[in-house]
Amino acid sequence: MTVTPLGIPRRLLEFTIDGEQARVPEGSTILDACRAAGKDIPTLCEGDTLRPKNACRVCVVEVEGSRTLVPACSRKAEPGMEVRTGTERARHSRKIVLELLASSVDLSTTPRVAEWLKEYEAKPDRFGPDAARLNEEPRVDNDLYVRDYDKCILCYKCVDACGDQWQNTFAISVAGRGFDARIAVEHDAPLTDSACVYCGNCIEVCPTGALSFKSEFDMRAAGTWDESRQTETTTVCAYCGVGCNLTLHVQDNEIVKVTSPHDNPVTHGNLCIKGRFGYQHVQNRD
Amino acid sequence: MSKRDRTPKTYTRLTHPLVRDSRDEPFRRATWDEALDRAARGLSAARGAFGMFSCARATNEMNYVAQKFARVVMGTNNVDSCNRTCHAPSVAGLSAAFGSGGGTSSYEEIEHTDVIVMWGSNARFAHPIFFQHVLKGIRNGARMYAVDPRRTSTAEWAESWLGLNVGTDIPMAHAIGREIIHAGLANEAFIARATTGFEEYRALVEPWTLSLAEKVTGVPAAAIRELAHAYARAERAQLCWTLGITEHHNGTDNVRALINLSLLTGHVGRYGSGLQPLRGQNNVQGGGDMGAIPNRLPGFQDILDPDTRLKFESAWDTVIQPHYGMNLTEMFEAMEDGSLKAVYCIGENPAQSEADSEQAVRRLKALDFLVVQDIFLTKTAELADVVLPATAGWAETEGTTTNSERRVQRVRRAVTPPGEAREDIDILCDLAARLGHDWKYADAETVWNELRSVSPDHHGMTYERLEEHQGIQWPCPSTDGLEPTYLHGRLWETDPARRGRLAPFGIVQHDPPVDLTDERYPIRLTTGRRLDSYNTGVQSGGYASPLRRGEYIELSPEDAERYGVVVGEEVQVTSRRGSVTAPVWVDPALRPGLAFMTMHFPDEVDTNALTIEANCPIAGTAEFKASAIRIEKLPIATIVG
Amino acid sequence: MDLHFGDSKPTDEERAAVDALLGPPESSWEGADRSDADLRWARGGRAARDRRDLLLPGLHAINDRVGWISDGALDYLCRRLTVPPAEAYGVATFYAMFSVKPRPATVLHVCTDLACAAAGAPELCAGIEERLGLGSGVSVERSPCLGLCERAPAALAIKAGDPVRTAVSAPATVEEAVLAASAPDSAPEEPPAALAVPQAGQDGLTLLHRVGVVDPASLDDYRAHGGYTALRRAFELGPAGVIREVTDSGLAGRGGAAFPTGRKWQATASQPDRPHYLVCNADESEPGTFKDRVLMEGDPYALVEAMTIAGYATGAHQGYLYLRGEYPRALHRLEHAIAQARARGLLGDDVLGQGYAFDIEIRRGAGAYICGEETALFNSIEGYRGEPRSKPPFPVEKGLFGKPTVENNVETLVNVLPILTMGAPAYAAIGTERSTGPKLFCVSGTVERPGVYELPLGATLGDLLALAGVRDGLRAVLLGGAAGGFVRADELDIPLTFEGTREAGTTLGSGVVMAFDDSVPLPRLLLRIAEFFRDESCGQCVPCRVGTVRQEEALHRIAERTGAAAAGDIALLREVGRAMRDASICGLGQTAWNAVESAIDRLGAYE
Repeated sequence: MTVTPLGIPRRLLEFTIDGEQARVPEGSTILDACRAAGKDIPTLCEGDTLRPKNACRVCVVEVEGSRTLVPACSRKAEPGMEVRTGTERARHSRKIVLELLASSVDLSTTPRVAEWLKEYEAKPDRFGPDAARLNEEPRVDNDLYVRDYDKCILCYKCVDACGDQWQNTFAISVAGRGFDARIAVEHDAPLTDSACVYCGNCIEVCPTGALSFKSEFDMRAAGTWDESRQTETTTVCAYCGVGCNLTLHVQDNEIVKVTSPHDNPVTHGNLCIKGRFGYQHVQNRD
Repeated sequence: MSKRDRTPKTYTRLTHPLVRDSRDEPFRRATWDEALDRAARGLSAARGAFGMFSCARATNEMNYVAQKFARVVMGTNNVDSCNRTCHAPSVAGLSAAFGSGGGTSSYEEIEHTDVIVMWGSNARFAHPIFFQHVLKGIRNGARMYAVDPRRTSTAEWAESWLGLNVGTDIPMAHAIGREIIHAGLANEAFIARATTGFEEYRALVEPWTLSLAEKVTGVPAAAIRELAHAYARAERAQLCWTLGITEHHNGTDNVRALINLSLLTGHVGRYGSGLQPLRGQNNVQGGGDMGAIPNRLPGFQDILDPDTRLKFESAWDTVIQPHYGMNLTEMFEAMEDGSLKAVYCIGENPAQSEADSEQAVRRLKALDFLVVQDIFLTKTAELADVVLPATAGWAETEGTTTNSERRVQRVRRAVTPPGEAREDIDILCDLAARLGHDWKYADAETVWNELRSVSPDHHGMTYERLEEHQGIQWPCPSTDGLEPTYLHGRLWETDPARRGRLAPFGIVQHDPPVDLTDERYPIRLTTGRRLDSYNTGVQSGGYASPLRRGEYIELSPEDAERYGVVVGEEVQVTSRRGSVTAPVWVDPALRPGLAFMTMHFPDEVDTNALTIEANCPIAGTAEFKASAIRIEKLPIATIVG
Repeated sequence: MDLHFGDSKPTDEERAAVDALLGPPESSWEGADRSDADLRWARGGRAARDRRDLLLPGLHAINDRVGWISDGALDYLCRRLTVPPAEAYGVATFYAMFSVKPRPATVLHVCTDLACAAAGAPELCAGIEERLGLGSGVSVERSPCLGLCERAPAALAIKAGDPVRTAVSAPATVEEAVLAASAPDSAPEEPPAALAVPQAGQDGLTLLHRVGVVDPASLDDYRAHGGYTALRRAFELGPAGVIREVTDSGLAGRGGAAFPTGRKWQATASQPDRPHYLVCNADESEPGTFKDRVLMEGDPYALVEAMTIAGYATGAHQGYLYLRGEYPRALHRLEHAIAQARARGLLGDDVLGQGYAFDIEIRRGAGAYICGEETALFNSIEGYRGEPRSKPPFPVEKGLFGKPTVENNVETLVNVLPILTMGAPAYAAIGTERSTGPKLFCVSGTVERPGVYELPLGATLGDLLALAGVRDGLRAVLLGGAAGGFVRADELDIPLTFEGTREAGTTLGSGVVMAFDDSVPLPRLLLRIAEFFRDESCGQCVPCRVGTVRQEEALHRIAERTGAAAAGDIALLREVGRAMRDASICGLGQTAWNAVESAIDRLGAYE
């Protein structure tokens, strides 16, 4: 009989990070190793439930013998590799990447970015007042979620979550090319004419707040969104027997947003429209 | 042409108890004391003629207390829940074969299997996150086969979709079994070691040649053969089903016919090989596990077993009736003949969810006393004498639920319930106290620990461990370890003692749907779920889904043309039991003669006025999936926008 | 796949274009009329999803027939191929030659790139646009380098229909370009490819010796001039023997990266994963490069033979020739050559009766410089957006369709023929010790005889320019194209070898040698290069996507400034350029600052 596979045991490999010895299981990325070693490398497009896209390049590090910098999020650690995370060269590229993004995209709701801009002494303003920006208006075409592409750093995470990595709905893609590339549904139609099934798994992975619950969008617009007053409670969805774990974000006894734990064995952070948005009935209180 | 507003009815939360002094009067607000006193009076008057409708959406803890209420306080095994309307046949079929009513595999295993059969299951819509695991399996190289009358979203992912006639699952399964046997693909070692009744099964399926099956099911013989070979030749295979199998008058037989295929090929009891019924409610598995069914005590332990009874009698200090109680279906019949006089209905909406809903309402009205405990004033609550406002199980209560892969997970209170709404367990305990049983449960965990003390399968699951592991699958007898993710590995043991009871083949005959199509009712109506809606829509109607378009009667393009109707046009839909008007939708996934509706919008279109209450004699589930209807144009065309 | 389609329907013409490529639909689920059988059994799954690579040919089919890609046509193609419409839309909008908005059936691409700009493209463009305004039935589009630099300025007309018609006008006048666009059938025939080879017919040529000598349509003529002796030799040597010869020859890739070809072949051949693929990169798009076009137009069978040898050596049975979309004549020549080779048993199940199966499929690019990057090219063939992949894994391990793949440039492959016919030692004797063999150079700009030149590696820049007839007043030479670098007029003794150019702080690149005299305004040139990179950045990584924009903005600001007035922006350019070079995913971003940097540092631009 077949027994439960425990997985092939992974060998450990050794290499150095900033001169210190690191031991990680084979297959780990440089980022995994850095995090295990307590090194804080900024990341934007990296997602714990998604294959590394390494599009943002903010996590670059120096690897001995490599002509260019390498993205820590996707490059696998190799035996004997010499990795340096804080060199002037790596820090320079991170700084420029942050400046390029901050000068073209609205990063006001991107967690930690303000801290990084400070740490890397980034000055996005130095590209001048005429520096091209995305200049997108928020797209409010349904009652569940808003796409504010002025905040989009084109990390591809929403596309990957909607596509073959999780949802397999393929409602969105990157359309166009270069600086004009945008996330779009087919024929650039409104969401309501698209294949979108409103699972919100794109919102779950969006690193900048470009995709947000309508409730969050509206509350932010009204100035009432206050995460310090919110609680997060994980429970189980009531809409079918699959048993998806929901994390309810509650402010003033109102559910304002629903996420799912990314390490949950049932959902891996994914939900369907009912689990993600179907909470309103409990708070139809009068 | 007139337009009609099709916004679904929105329900607002119940915030205080309601009572009425007679059925002719409207409800009036009452204090908890008054409402509970009335409820206690009404129930005690009906001792011996009482039924409990427990709730497959509430927590395990609530279900445990509810069944205990029925058995200890009311002295009856008449306790059941809406699992009767969906997956009772799965439980009945699986326990007949394996002695346990749960799905045998885990979600993760479907990602690591070779062949997946989705039979009567549109999981893409009804169980989207389970289907993500299926998609992982497909991306990992598994081949998926879909058996469904409609070419659903699920079927569109299949290597091969087999569009069988509604209610011909047994012929299809038997023909697959016969083909496997004749092609020499049966797993003889497993059959000999782990099963009984194979010779009888062989004789049973022998007449079901591929060509006969083609005639009966409508599916080409080559397609059936391909599925048979794919399933039998796979090293690992998963067979999944949903209500397309169970919601038939012979649902349990359907389940047995599918289980037979796993016995024939050894696709059970191994990692990656198994049987997976997909549950429709968050706790339909747990409700049964907790004993909120008429034939089992908590831990799915048989009431007829004297040792089990003795254990519970001493734990609960009571006497347990040594026979099965009535299931939901039987209780409804007993309302008709007057032998059931009072019902305590928690969180269920049978007035809209039962097949032949007009009959269900009539029967509920015949009761002497009806208490409804819910978060909304549902159509069922409107018929009650006392209405008790409860909390929403998933967001306002502490406890656990058990999912389709037998994983017990914690639910937690995230928001404060509105007004005077109270938790189900507290209400039940207050009522029990008024009826002479003073139960002390400090919290849900206390209830859970009591359950753990009487249910070996749950014994190892402390709240702490559930938190640590993000849920634990039963069986979990020990607090030290975890069992394999799949059930019935014992069947592969070489030592007969460890192998335990062998799995019998189910000797089940084809029996076509009760509601036959004929010249007057030429169209087969089947039912199902849509992606964004849920059951009777009481909960899902509360949010603004961009996908929602209300209830439609979905027809094939050919039928729409034949009847000269267009999308949005209202038509009269009539079955032998009732008639509704509904707008037309055209779905190319349907073939001529096949129509589709949901029960998500009963306040607009009461689909269950059409369905037939032809019940599975074993499990009591009604044949929601097959009614005969006709479509008629309305004299004045109405288009719904 | 549960795909979602809107209400848009294809026109009969669009449907016919797709069906001509894919055959009629097999079931109603794919777009045929509904039948009873369809409603009982549908096949799909892996087989249906595995046809994604036909997306790009499908888009071409529609664009060729109608001139643009409508919603209905895209949806129909998606239905036929089980491709999600959003994904197909993302792909269609990636390529410059496609339009998802209505446009006239005829598109006139007018090159405005470096060589053409220096040869009066701005005036030509303005003149054409004046004549072909709205309602003319022609859409005039300013194009990056069309690979016709030896005949600058150039224009390419494409008129959709059945069949699609094309006409090249180069060197173009307003009159001729307008004629080509309005009546491509009656436009004068393009001059033979040999006219692009000033050395044509001369003795001592190794790579170009057949160009202008053989009839490019005739397989017999090709054989009469030594064709297919190399393949026969390959079969005698066996795959390992071929790889040894190529390795010993010292051949390095001619596409720009100069990676040792033998090593690449060996690495692919030794991969246990199957199948192996051979890909010929004929997406020649580096501004100033046109040698591959000349080879393909003038000696197409040589490439077919060379690909067969490469496939044989590396264990591939399928070769893909990814051909630049703007090369209609090369397409026709190669289509013909492949068909002829197939008819004669030189491609197919049993090549030369040796029991080796090999065939070649042509895939057309659609206007994306980035697809010349090897992994972007794989994505393009597979029907995805032509975005480069992250390396490692390298193509020899996981390339096309995730399988071991060897990808070589046209010129590289064609070098294999002399290696096998003359033997590795003789071949290695050509050139220098570290840069062996002959090399093709694309000379354009301010020279008397622009064209493709063949010289042994090791000749100096001065030798080459003397051959091409450099004019007086030479100010600068751009080596390697937009991704290369400028050198000064006083640096003509730079040896044209991989190591020699590297030591001189520049690059050989793909062999572009573009001469500019002092009449060409340098800031304009740099701005054009910056525009090129901004336009051609795929947009995947931040340093390139935004960096190329910031580079262009800064160059725009200092277009009229020098000295201290430009210093701030030059410092900014350096910082951004450094990050682009260090942190971009692929060579495009990594080299986007090269030419500008060299102009500042070497030529003293803005001083």
